[in-house]
Amino acid sequence: MVEMVSKDNIENNTSSPLKKRGISYKQQDKIAFMILRGFALAIVLLLGLMIYQLFQASAPAIKEFGFSFIYNDFWNPIEDEFGALPFIYGTLVTSLIAILIAAPVSIAIALFINEYLPKALGNLLGLFVELISAIPSIIFGLWGLYYLAPWVKDSLTPILKSTLGFLPLFSGPSFGIGILTASIILSIMIIPTITSVCREVFKVVPSLQKEAALALGATKFEAIKLAILKPSFSGVMGAVVLGLGRALGETMAVAMVIGNSAEISKSLFGAGATMASVMANEYAEADSEIHLSALCLIGLLLFVVTFFVNFFARSITWKAKMRGKKV
Amino acid sequence: MKLSPQRKFKNLLFKFLLTLASVSVLIPLILIFNFLLQKGSMALSLDFFLNEPKPVGELGGGMAHAIVGSLTMVGLSALISVPIGILCGVFLSEYRQGKIAAILKFTIDILTGIPSIVIGIFSYLIFVVTMKSFSAWAGAFALSIIILPIVTRTTEEILKLIPKHVREAGLALGLPKWKVILHIVLKGSKNSLITGVILAISRASGETAPLLFTAFGSMYFSDKLTEPMASLPVQIYNYAISPYDDWQRQAWAGAFTLILICLGLNISARLFFKRKELKKFFVRKS
Repeated sequence: MVEMVSKDNIENNTSSPLKKRGISYKQQDKIAFMILRGFALAIVLLLGLMIYQLFQASAPAIKEFGFSFIYNDFWNPIEDEFGALPFIYGTLVTSLIAILIAAPVSIAIALFINEYLPKALGNLLGLFVELISAIPSIIFGLWGLYYLAPWVKDSLTPILKSTLGFLPLFSGPSFGIGILTASIILSIMIIPTITSVCREVFKVVPSLQKEAALALGATKFEAIKLAILKPSFSGVMGAVVLGLGRALGETMAVAMVIGNSAEISKSLFGAGATMASVMANEYAEADSEIHLSALCLIGLLLFVVTFFVNFFARSITWKAKMRGKKV
Repeated sequence: MKLSPQRKFKNLLFKFLLTLASVSVLIPLILIFNFLLQKGSMALSLDFFLNEPKPVGELGGGMAHAIVGSLTMVGLSALISVPIGILCGVFLSEYRQGKIAAILKFTIDILTGIPSIVIGIFSYLIFVVTMKSFSAWAGAFALSIIILPIVTRTTEEILKLIPKHVREAGLALGLPKWKVILHIVLKGSKNSLITGVILAISRASGETAPLLFTAFGSMYFSDKLTEPMASLPVQIYNYAISPYDDWQRQAWAGAFTLILICLGLNISARLFFKRKELKKFFVRKS
């Protein structure tokens, strides 16, 4: 008791306005902590509210269509019949093609920056790659619409047709706007994400093995293959999946170049739509309640899918990094 | 021992492919810049920055209302998100033990990954449905949710860079913890924190999807936050998909302005903060 009184006396000697009101340092810290915790909890609640709201708004559509919403390929706002399959298909196809293009390129850039270029030059190239991610997606869309789409129609399509035209993927007429153009745009947009995560993953791979391989007479290619690419395989996979998560949710650029038709086109030249693009196009104009609800349900599906993809990617990269640190 | 030609060739081919990939990634960047520079700078004029749009058919007019609208909404969202984001970042870095910090970290990770269009829908459900009108508030709210995780994560990472003994020195002087955080930890990393804020603002000023059905857009100046408000990205979108040549020209001019703003903010943020640790934040949604 005596000890506490004397401690209070010492604290009361300082002349803080709070102190005069008799709030001890301990209490002040407690109040500060409470305020911070309050904000933290508010953010958590906000996310909860978001999920709840999305659920509630899509409840009529869930009730009306149930699971058939996912595998029905009929989307007709006029007759109030909704199935999301065309959009799920469009999202998957564009994202997968984008990954097929972007993943090798990004891994190559990351290796080139980390292993080949001198530091200053590597940082400069890294800066340029990261600047791509600073470009707003609406500008990618504008460029895609007026530059890339005509190029795809006039230059890329004839090449693809003459070489791979026997595949159903590359059949039919091309108007420039379509799944292929959207995929190319997406691939450019996700390159910075994959590259930067790959660079981090490669950086934590211990360089001892690479040096050992080089000392044994391996060429640089062999050393990189054995001592960098192999041990960091799972980390690179994580980076690619993270890129996939980003591609799934991309909206504006895709909405502007994909053509927006709710049909499943077998040909990559055909028009399509993705889950994100259909929301961007129809949400403001939807007037029937079930139409809005169906769009909300697509939003909810997209939320759930990106959540799992990101979660998966993060857990892979996190594990890879931990392993790298342990070795 | 001599290298066999096959191995030598493979090595060279590998290097060549890496170089090729690295050069090819610069091509779209250059093409986009070139495209906007050519088309955009031609359409730019003083009129563009000073006037609102004229009716279809009349030449001229500009996007002044959209620039003001963007400034308003991005400013509002920064006012909401910067203080909250910094507080959350402080919580994550200074009180990192404990369940709530872990939950908050997870929440921030989820928020980073949510597609911006879904955030737009959320803001629509909260604001537009209850207020029965598109409004600038709804747009600003959507933008603030988008930049909140960015501010939080940059703040957290920056504060983690500060060595522990600095905090201990402050505590040893007899300061309460909140004063140590406010006067030593936060003040000491002011420049880096500004970097995070500028990056977040650059991100918010380029967002289109969450504004489409929250702020919606309009064709004239609006000074009420409860009414639809134009913004630069949405205006570009509306003009770009319109059939009128004059509007498309304006879209290019708008895009040129927008890319200058976004890249300018991004590069100036880099100048504020030179340390490499922050590099990951320059990449969107990673």
